[in-house]
Parts: sequence; C-alpha cells; structure tokens
Amino acid sequence: MSTSVKTGHLKNHTSFIQTVKNSLTMAYRGILKIRRTPEQLFDVTLQPIIFTLMFTYIFGGAISGDVQSYLPVIIPGILVQTVISTSIVTGVQLREDMDKGVFDRFKSLPIARIAPLAGALLADTIRYTIATVLTFAMGYIMGYRPDGGFENVILSALLVIFVSWSVSWIFAFFGVIARTASSVQGISMLILFPLTFLSNAFVPVDTMPKWLQWFVNVNPVTHVVSAVRELTNTGTVGWDLGISLIGAVVIVAVFAPITVRAYMRRT
Amino acid sequence: MDYRVNSKQPNNGDWAVEAEGLVKIFGDNRAVDGVDMHVKAGTIYGVLGPNGAGKTTTIRMLATLLRADAGSARIFGHDVVKESQIVRQLIGVTGQYASVDESLSATENLIIFSRLLGLGRAESKKKAAELLEEFGLTEAAKRPLKNFSGGMRRRLDLAASLIAQPPLIFLDEPTTGLDPRTRSQMWDTIRRLVNTGSTVLLTTQYLEEADQLADRIAVIDRGRVVAEGTGDELKQSVGTSSLHLRVENQSDIENARQTVEQVLKVQATLTSEAAKITAPMANADLITDLLIALREKGITLSEVSVQKPTLDEVFLTITGHGVEDEKTKDTNRAEAVTV
Repeated sequence: MSTSVKTGHLKNHTSFIQTVKNSLTMAYRGILKIRRTPEQLFDVTLQPIIFTLMFTYIFGGAISGDVQSYLPVIIPGILVQTVISTSIVTGVQLREDMDKGVFDRFKSLPIARIAPLAGALLADTIRYTIATVLTFAMGYIMGYRPDGGFENVILSALLVIFVSWSVSWIFAFFGVIARTASSVQGISMLILFPLTFLSNAFVPVDTMPKWLQWFVNVNPVTHVVSAVRELTNTGTVGWDLGISLIGAVVIVAVFAPITVRAYMRRT
Repeated sequence: MDYRVNSKQPNNGDWAVEAEGLVKIFGDNRAVDGVDMHVKAGTIYGVLGPNGAGKTTTIRMLATLLRADAGSARIFGHDVVKESQIVRQLIGVTGQYASVDESLSATENLIIFSRLLGLGRAESKKKAAELLEEFGLTEAAKRPLKNFSGGMRRRLDLAASLIAQPPLIFLDEPTTGLDPRTRSQMWDTIRRLVNTGSTVLLTTQYLEEADQLADRIAVIDRGRVVAEGTGDELKQSVGTSSLHLRVENQSDIENARQTVEQVLKVQATLTSEAAKITAPMANADLITDLLIALREKGITLSEVSVQKPTLDEVFLTITGHGVEDEKTKDTNRAEAVTV
C-alpha cells in the first residue's frame, strides 16, 4: 500500500459555508428526531391552548372589563410568554442528547464545532412555530381580529420565533454546563418565570408599584410584547421592535461563543 | 466492498501515531501517567489492559476528544491539539459505547454522518446502503436502533467510522460484551481493514484478542505502558501454559509430583488440600510421555487441564500485581481449556 504524500487539501479550519452546511445537516437530524418521537411536541401543542384559554377568561373581566377587549392585550402577551418558555426545552433536550455516545462521534468528525448546537437550536424553531400558530389560532377562535392585518401578524410571528431562538442559546448554555437535564429545567424556570411575569404581558404597567414599573420597563420581554402588540393591533413598527431585535442579536453574540467554548471543554 | 487506496495518505509515511509523555489527571487520579506510543502506518496496534488502566482516556486524547494535561501526540505528523481539525480528517473513532444515534434508524445515522463529512445527498444514500450491505445490516436498515442487539450496534458504529475511509481507525474495546460468534466476525472485519491499507489502534481486555489481531501490543496499567512488543515477545515474558493435574488418591500425590518433574523436567507446585499439581507446560508433546508414565506407576488421575496464560498472569509477571478487576479475572479464567 502506498503511503505517498498528499496532504495539500487538508485544512485546519472550517469555512463559513461548511459551518452552515454542517448546521443544516444537524438541523435535519433534529427534525428526524422530532418525527420519530412526536410526543415531545405535547408541550408546545397543549400549552398555547390551555394558557390562552385560562388567562383570557381569568383576567379578561378584571383588567379590560370584558374578554373581547382583553384579547388584543393578552394574545401578544401570552404569545411571547408561551413561545419563549418553550425554548427551555431546547436546553433540557440538548443536555439529554449530549449524554449519549453520538456526541462523541460529532466531536471526532471534521465538522464545524458549533454545528451540533446550532443544528439542534435551528430544528427547535419548528417547536416555536407550532406554538406561535396555535396561540394565534386560539385567539382567532376566541374572537381576536388583529387590526394590523395578516402580514403584520406574520411579521410578529417571525419576530417571536427569532427572539425565542436567540433566548434558547441561553438555555443551551445551561444545557452544556449543567450536570443533569432536570437541573437545566430548574435554573431555566427560575430565570424565565420572573422575566415573563414581571412584564407587561398580562397586566398594564401603570397598575404596578413604581419600583416594579422600573424593572418591567427595562425587561426585554416587555419590549418584545410591545413590539408584537404594535404590529398586530396597529400595524406600526416602533422602537420596541428595534430594541427587541438588537437584544436578540446581543444574546446570540454573547451566548453562542461561550456555549460552544463550554461544549468544547466538556468531555 | 472496495475501500480503494486512501486518498488522504500521511505525509511522513512511517508513523500513524506518535505520542510522547501523555498525561491526563482527573481530580487526584492520574488516569494516564506518561504514555509513550508509536504506531507504524498500516499495522494493527493493540493496547491491552484491565478496566481503568487508562486505555480509553489515551484513545480520547489521540482522537482529539480530550486535551492532554502534559505531553504531545501527532497523528501522521499532525499535532492533535494545534492541528485538531486536520487530525479529525485522518481518523475514525469507534467508542466503547456505540456512538450512534439511538433515536434514528441505521440508514438515517449513516446518511447524517455522510452528509456531515461532505458527501452529497445521493452519494450519502449510496454510501449508507453500501456500508449496511458490507456489515450485514441491510435487513435492519429501517428499524429504530432501540431494537438493535449489541453486536449490530457495534457493527453500525464501525460502519459509521469507515464512511470517510480514514487512514487511521481507533477501536475502543470493539468486542467487549459480544458473543463469541459476533466477536470473530468483528475480528475478520478488523483484519480486512488493515488489508486495505488502514492503520488500526484497538484497545482490549483480552490477551487472546490482542494476540490474534495486533502486530504489536502495549500493555498498559495504572496509566503507564508497562510492556511493549509483539504478541510472541509478550507471551515469552509471561511464560507458557500451565498443566493442572488432580490425583484420585491423596497418598499418590508426592509420587505424582516427582513423575511430573522427571518427565517434564520442570518445577511443579503442589496444592495439597485439593490434591492438585501445577506445572508449566513448555512442550505439549511431553504430556503424552507424562500420562504414560503415570499409568505405569498406577497413579489414577481425577482431572487434567491446561490453562493458557491469562491477562492476569501477564500482569502478575509484568507489574508484580494481579488484575484487580474481578470481572476481567472471571472472563479470563473462562478461557482455560479443560482436556
């Protein structure tokens, strides 16, 4: 057997195109997994239905006088709350996935290091899409007719999915550094619960005490909710949309690199 | 299947693996404590040792999965730390625990790995079908892996390591937990790999396996290489098989011992409570003479057995202490041949 010299085409780094290709393949793997175990979609199917019904009928009368006039307030609020909480599952599943032997093989392959993570996160946008569509559908059934029009509803849906994908990098980070899947769930809930409830998602901000108003107004979730409300209810694009997008990009810029680094260090 | 001539041949031909002074410390446990290893390209190299000796940790460092705390390693002349992405293009890794995706089917697994390695859609499909055929998994191709037996999983795992036809393949305990038939199938596959020009570095707990497959063997214990050489060299250092005799009548035992020493011309040891005589058996042909001599003296035997050198004995000889892992001991004892 010849052992001639031929290493000219071996490169020690991965190109951007290869990174994208690898990530898409890993996303394909994620989609295959969802197809194989559709029961993991229970939460994204049931949560929007139950939460939308529950919160609308419980708070509707108290906050806006009646259910009908509460719908434009609650649907964007519940949408953001539900879809962002769905992204916790990404971290939990990533943790479970990484405990399996297959991640050893991913690490030994000459692929972009970020691909197994990016792919998993990308595939999960399917979950966010399902949750988004179901929340809007529930709202429609209950009589919600957004004045912003269909295109703006689509735009707001894309915004929410993008924001959730960005936020899922935070939970992916926990997923990589945590020891067990249940601890990922625990830490993530602890962070997300205050963030989604200490916002304008369910209740007008001016009913809250001053000190709380300060927090609610800087809470990024508030800005996303306001952006969605503006889009769906009036069809306008305001500062809140800009702030939401910038916030999402910043989260990815911070958490994607540290997540990959932690993933690389983990053995 | 045709593996073709590897397109990614090493640049310095001679050494597939060169490792110097590899160290890995977990907490206060020096899992790998200064391992040197040189593997010639195109050969099978066996790393023999009990559980916890540092075999897997060593492989993981060579395969870029784990960073060494000290020392350095090169694969075909490429540093595993500085040129890790190049090294990954030259190696295939089959882990101790099947590194395939449980939730997917065999075909889906191979297609995804092929795609990750840069094969096109149609090419990946073709490659997957080819490998499944080669490893006798075609029938099970569409079934979810959850229903796969241990042997099938290992074969799929090995198939996945061969997609890119890497010039160096790491096999971490490729046959642990397999039944004898599947084990010998695995051995055939490994031999075939080397015939097509690949280099194989495998770890094993079985002396027999290392002996059967490997051109050279490194015996590793407590994170250090304690012996290195060809199978024959190692066995010579361990000694030969031993003969065990049990006499029917306790009073004959001293007489029997003398006969053994006379005929075999070796020192025999006596376990009186069991009426058992043990002697090293350098020349199997002398056994016939011994049995005739015993018959002539009217000594009746209740049991005769021959025991091959075990990993336990390799260890005892080389390190001065036995294998501490109970399970390993049992497996090796089971290899004793009863005549």
